[in-house]
Amino acid sequence: MTTADVLLWVAYPYICLTLLVGGMVWRWRTDQFGWTTRSSQLYEKPILRAASPTFHLGFLAVIGGHFVGLLVPKTWTAAVGIPQHVYHLTATIGGSVAALATVLGLAGLLYRRFAVRSVTLATTTRDKVMYVLLVLPVALGTWATVANQVLGGPEGYDYRETISPWLRSVLTFSPHPQLMTAVPLSFRLHVLAGFALFAIWPFTRLVHAVTIPVQYPTRPYIVYRARRASVSAAAGRRGWAPVQRSADRDGARSRGA
Amino acid sequence: MKVMAQIAMVMNLDKCIGCHTCSVTCKQTWTNRTGTEYMWFNNVETRPGVGYPHTWEDQDRWKGGWTRTRSGRLKPRSGGRVARFANLFANPDLPEIVDYYEPWTYEYDKLLSAPKDSKDFPVARPVSQLTGKPMDTIGWGPNWDDDLGGSTETMQQDPVLAKINTEVRAEIEQTFMFYLPRICEHCLNPSCVAACPSGAMYKRAEDGIVLVDQDRCRGWRMCVSSCPYKKVYFNHTTGKAEKCTLCYPRLEVGQPTVCSETCVGRLRYLGVLLYDADRVTEAASVEDPQDLYMAQRSILLDPFDPEVIAGARAGGVPDSWVKAAQDSPIWALIDTYEVALPLHPEYRTLPMVWYVPPLSPVVDRVTAAGNDGEDHKILLTALSTMRIPLEYLAGLLTAGDTRPVERSLRRLAAMRSYMRDLDLGRGGNEEIAGAVGMTGEQVQAMYRLLAIAKYDDRYVIPTTHPETPRGIAELGEDVTGMVEELVGAGEGAPEACSVSTFHGGGTGLRITSRGRAKTAAEGLAPTPGRVNLLDWSGDSAQAGLFPPAAAGVDA
Repeated sequence: MTTADVLLWVAYPYICLTLLVGGMVWRWRTDQFGWTTRSSQLYEKPILRAASPTFHLGFLAVIGGHFVGLLVPKTWTAAVGIPQHVYHLTATIGGSVAALATVLGLAGLLYRRFAVRSVTLATTTRDKVMYVLLVLPVALGTWATVANQVLGGPEGYDYRETISPWLRSVLTFSPHPQLMTAVPLSFRLHVLAGFALFAIWPFTRLVHAVTIPVQYPTRPYIVYRARRASVSAAAGRRGWAPVQRSADRDGARSRGA
Repeated sequence: MKVMAQIAMVMNLDKCIGCHTCSVTCKQTWTNRTGTEYMWFNNVETRPGVGYPHTWEDQDRWKGGWTRTRSGRLKPRSGGRVARFANLFANPDLPEIVDYYEPWTYEYDKLLSAPKDSKDFPVARPVSQLTGKPMDTIGWGPNWDDDLGGSTETMQQDPVLAKINTEVRAEIEQTFMFYLPRICEHCLNPSCVAACPSGAMYKRAEDGIVLVDQDRCRGWRMCVSSCPYKKVYFNHTTGKAEKCTLCYPRLEVGQPTVCSETCVGRLRYLGVLLYDADRVTEAASVEDPQDLYMAQRSILLDPFDPEVIAGARAGGVPDSWVKAAQDSPIWALIDTYEVALPLHPEYRTLPMVWYVPPLSPVVDRVTAAGNDGEDHKILLTALSTMRIPLEYLAGLLTAGDTRPVERSLRRLAAMRSYMRDLDLGRGGNEEIAGAVGMTGEQVQAMYRLLAIAKYDDRYVIPTTHPETPRGIAELGEDVTGMVEELVGAGEGAPEACSVSTFHGGGTGLRITSRGRAKTAAEGLAPTPGRVNLLDWSGDSAQAGLFPPAAAGVDA
């Protein structure tokens, strides 16, 4: 085990997770106005109607699969009587379908984003960075699955002996980096890319993932709210951008003169 | 009975000249920012016509409003709670930008930057505000069929015409025409609020104004499609929904909305209504859509009824609001004179912007035929024989029931005739008033409200601060400044919401002597180049009138 291993499998994940958790808390407390899907459906509807649900549902399935594969110890599934090959078959078939939906949906959304000009113009630099860091783990994860699980022999690669315990060791603050040294390259790259996505998550539009409207099914349809009793003396938060007016521009010009 | 207060509006369509001043001043105030280019919180449509966005009344397509299920319950037409989640990742009913129109601007800079000796005449080409590309042929706009222009192409797409199954001849001289100014209806049973997954949309408990909490909106866009009037818009830059606010920063200090204040025809009325919040769902769920008009009226409460007044007190409605409800022009037009009708009650949202149907198309037809358009006998006969305007208006205002529309128009016709006799010194003919179930005195009172339409009669708005006086005369300079200091415009509000801006003053100007002293003490000069000449007495130079002079010299 080298210094690089410690950096990659101990220091790096903790940095990324700190950014994820701290960033989410910070953004939630400071930028409610920026917390939105920033949908572009207004510009273009037909492709989005097909690609967006495909991607989102596929991605939710992928997240669900990761939870089961990474956080549930192998001993638990064995204890309820699921043999390894049954688990492997279910995970590989389910994972492949979810990956296919994710990749197809993401491809559609990306095509739309750069082929429809109004959507392209609404894409910020931050969005572009996010897309790169989103495509990377999706592509690497798909590659790792296809190369190791689908084409890599009947039993594939048993990540539940290495990656899963390593991740749980990180999450329980007793990291075991040596578990990652023998993992296939594709999986290692996928893990690194995944943590990079976590690191930027709070600072991009991806925060909308944490807005699942859980209260909607139980609340009454009509919401009444009383006016705030007083106006706060605290400094205003971010809101509508001020309008650039010709008078302001003139003012700036005369000050410059 | 739970008594709640609602600020409502009535527009007298008979007086709308289609000048679009309301739309323009509203846009200047609220939607002149990036991302809001295509939004018109207030727009004026020519009817018959397709409206803005294109055929917004076609709820088979847009799925706005509520439907009544077989068991008699109400459900948003776009689907219940399960359907909402199923469509979370792409709203199937959302209009696209082309259904509104692609916003554009002109390359004005080219007019100034064209080379001096260019052979070609400099032009300002239209450029899309979404793609930045030139739009050499503009194909649709927010008001494309204004004054029936181009209506031969589109008029038959009008969903109201389709409903009443009538071919209206599109030739301008053979049809009828009127204007329909529209804002958010601030419904008692708003389907946009019901559809919002985030709970960001709400109805204000004090005055019934429907608002979007910009901090809690997550951009799901369900409100946009669920509003049957298409009066919630999606800001494509901020990713948040925006809508007509009924100019609540102005209402809170007793001022009418910008669209009302600037209405050239003085056709807008603002006032308080009291309603029974416990019976909202019951009223919205009546089986026959044609009963919805009377059902909605049945939950509006008589502000003179002692039981209602006691209920209002118990429910925390201030006495000043009950007083305003008693003086309310809205209550008078809806209940006393019964001339105002709701817009599309069949959507079951219980809208709170009502309309006095226009008599003018009928009068114009009668006059064009060479008859006396002010004679009550001729007018009342014409009303009962002219089915097309009547059925069209009924399709718009009463879910197709022509009787309330006819009653309203008959009363307007009687008012014309009755008042002409008075003006000609012949004395009031009680027979005319009696023919429409009114007394001469009532007709005269209705005439004062509808035709004379004094400012203080049109706008009866209680303030949220009882110490602030109401009405045009009382809002003196000091009060304006005091309100500004006390209340402010609220967090995140555009500059245009500030009281001084509404009164025509620019930044830093037209504030009280106290306010001025404060800016001087902080060493902040008013912004140069912004002077309100309306304020200027002319005896001394206004600050900012001239650019800053060289060091030390001060005008």
